[in-house]
Amino acid sequence: MVTDSKAKIREFLARFFQDLNLTDDEDIFALGFINSLFAMQLVLFVESEFGFTVEDNDLDIENFRTLNAMAALIERKTAAQPIV
Amino acid sequence: MKLELTSEQRSSQKAFRAFVEEAIVPYADTFDQEECTPPDLIKKIGQQGYLGALISPEWGGRGMDMISFGILNEEFGRGCSSLRSLLTVHSMVTYAIQRWGSRQQKDLWLPRLATGEVIGAFALSEPNAGSDASGIEMQAKLCGDTYLLNGRKKWITYGEIADVYLLFAQCEGSIAAFLVESNFPGFRRQPLRGMVGTRASMLAELILEDCQVPVTHVVGRKGFGVASVTTSALDIGRYSVACGCVGIIQACFEASRAYTSERKQFGALLKDQQLIQQMMTGMITNLRAARLLCYNAGYLKDIGAPNTIMETWIAKYFASTAAAKAASDAVQIHGANGCSNAYPVQRYWRDTKVMEIIEGSTQIQEINIAGYGYQGFYA
Repeated sequence: MVTDSKAKIREFLARFFQDLNLTDDEDIFALGFINSLFAMQLVLFVESEFGFTVEDNDLDIENFRTLNAMAALIERKTAAQPIV
Repeated sequence: MKLELTSEQRSSQKAFRAFVEEAIVPYADTFDQEECTPPDLIKKIGQQGYLGALISPEWGGRGMDMISFGILNEEFGRGCSSLRSLLTVHSMVTYAIQRWGSRQQKDLWLPRLATGEVIGAFALSEPNAGSDASGIEMQAKLCGDTYLLNGRKKWITYGEIADVYLLFAQCEGSIAAFLVESNFPGFRRQPLRGMVGTRASMLAELILEDCQVPVTHVVGRKGFGVASVTTSALDIGRYSVACGCVGIIQACFEASRAYTSERKQFGALLKDQQLIQQMMTGMITNLRAARLLCYNAGYLKDIGAPNTIMETWIAKYFASTAAAKAASDAVQIHGANGCSNAYPVQRYWRDTKVMEIIEGSTQIQEINIAGYGYQGFYA
């Protein structure tokens, strides 16, 4: 599941930044091309792709800094949802 | 794929139009000339639930889907762009609080924003920061449990009468969003008059001098967090303006159709003159195209698609530039009458110049949309 989420995030990032070879713990914000527009699209992407709502207290840069961090956020938010 | 409104959306559109026809259209030119929106009208708009369009019924709002919200803005734009801009800025504030505010902020503000008891406005632009929003100079400094804000905001739509502003300031190395109430110590405002368009939208300059804002009034988190607050609120504003521009094109078309069906020159009605027909064809096709682009942007919002932001840029770009062309042609079609304030087309023309500047100028749109074209989203 975690592997899947990282693969999907990589695919999403590849739409914006061609030839990007990110490691799982690489800081995407240190790469210097992240702006507010991209940040919002990233939030919308994780919400629609993984089926949860990003809350105000999730909007911590540490939750989106690396693939590992995003995967951990997704794991936490999706594990917290009731099974229907 | 179905390209049609639901019966509920069609029914809502009829109600929106009936309200605008009765309460706004007969008086829009007067509002424009007097540079003022009457408080009673704002109250009526609140009573219809239009100020709570995007607020969930949990807080007393109408919880509209985005297509319906777009249609509301189109109908208001058809009647009066100044009043449409009230929906724009107020909805930007309601959206930001509902999406990113704390539970306490939602409970405190949303019910009163839903009814119009409180009017919200969006305060980002400054004398030295327009397109370059990250260059804002207003400063916020934490002192105990209060922020002290210093600086100016300019061109704030309905800033003259708003009760609360979603206001952005530089704070400890990043940008933060604050809810600033008009009665806070250190806050004052000055009306801005003599604007070329949307003259009834009661613009103001805000002056904050050690304005005291409690820490409980911060919306979202600084830095990365506020990027979502700003971008999502601006996205709603851009969508509202785009849909309002569709309304302007509709109004230009209707005015021109009526005028050319009565006015004769050289022994023939204007509508039978080919160069008039050329301008009318431009209005008709651009109206269709602009409306569909707005519906697409609204649909993508309703399904939470990440590319809704850029598709909304495209809708606003097309609709605003098409509205400017339609209004220019409408004035041209009306001739000298079109230059007189006895006809509304001159107001549409002046309003469309504002539409090409606000919520992302045409030039900023052209830069951003080109960049989008090289991304993997674009098919």
